[in-house]
Amino acid sequence: MEILLFGIAKDIVGQAQLRFSATEETPTSVGALKTMIGEKYPEFTKLSSLAIAVNSEYAEDDVSLNRNDEIAIIPPVSGG
Amino acid sequence: MIKKIIEIVEKIDTSQVFSELSDAQSGGICVFVGTVREFTQGEQVVSLEFETYEKMALKEMDKIATTAVTKWNLNKVIIRHAIGLKNVAEPVVIVGASSGHRDACFEACRFLIDTLKETVPIWKKERFENKSVWVSAHP
Repeated sequence: MEILLFGIAKDIVGQAQLRFSATEETPTSVGALKTMIGEKYPEFTKLSSLAIAVNSEYAEDDVSLNRNDEIAIIPPVSGG
Repeated sequence: MIKKIIEIVEKIDTSQVFSELSDAQSGGICVFVGTVREFTQGEQVVSLEFETYEKMALKEMDKIATTAVTKWNLNKVIIRHAIGLKNVAEPVVIVGASSGHRDACFEACRFLIDTLKETVPIWKKERFENKSVWVSAHP
């Protein structure tokens, strides 16, 4: 499973993608992913907001994650 | 025929927009251009750097445009955002609409830029002399 990182999320993790190897336990839902990254990288809990996109659509916490999904961490947006 | 222009580009050419929104059924065109401001809370900005999750950003921009076309019965709509490094006074975003009467395109224009700022996955880093900051990242 690969998770795309943008903006400050990339700076917090220190790379553009977060990878889970085939043997690693992967989060099964959006909510579980948020909890996991908050524990591993506490800086995420200090952000104004934290959203997850699944297959390039915003996803609520109860959406389940599959290994083939395109998953991205969406820190607070600031376009315009 | 309704025409939507949804784009993420390296550089915005503001001189194109009139011909892009010009339309025989429209009595008015309204355009908003967002530009790089030199001072943020008294601190001098050297440049802004924009990055995006392009696939998702285009989808979100398209949703905003489609909603606006339906709500205000627009004839043409444009949402174009620039990414990369931008210097003071450069344009970074342009949104606009043409419609039968002016009220519709004024209101639509405000909706286009306000919603873009809330939902489109584009991030801006402000570069100052001695530091750089991801805008809105922290409360």
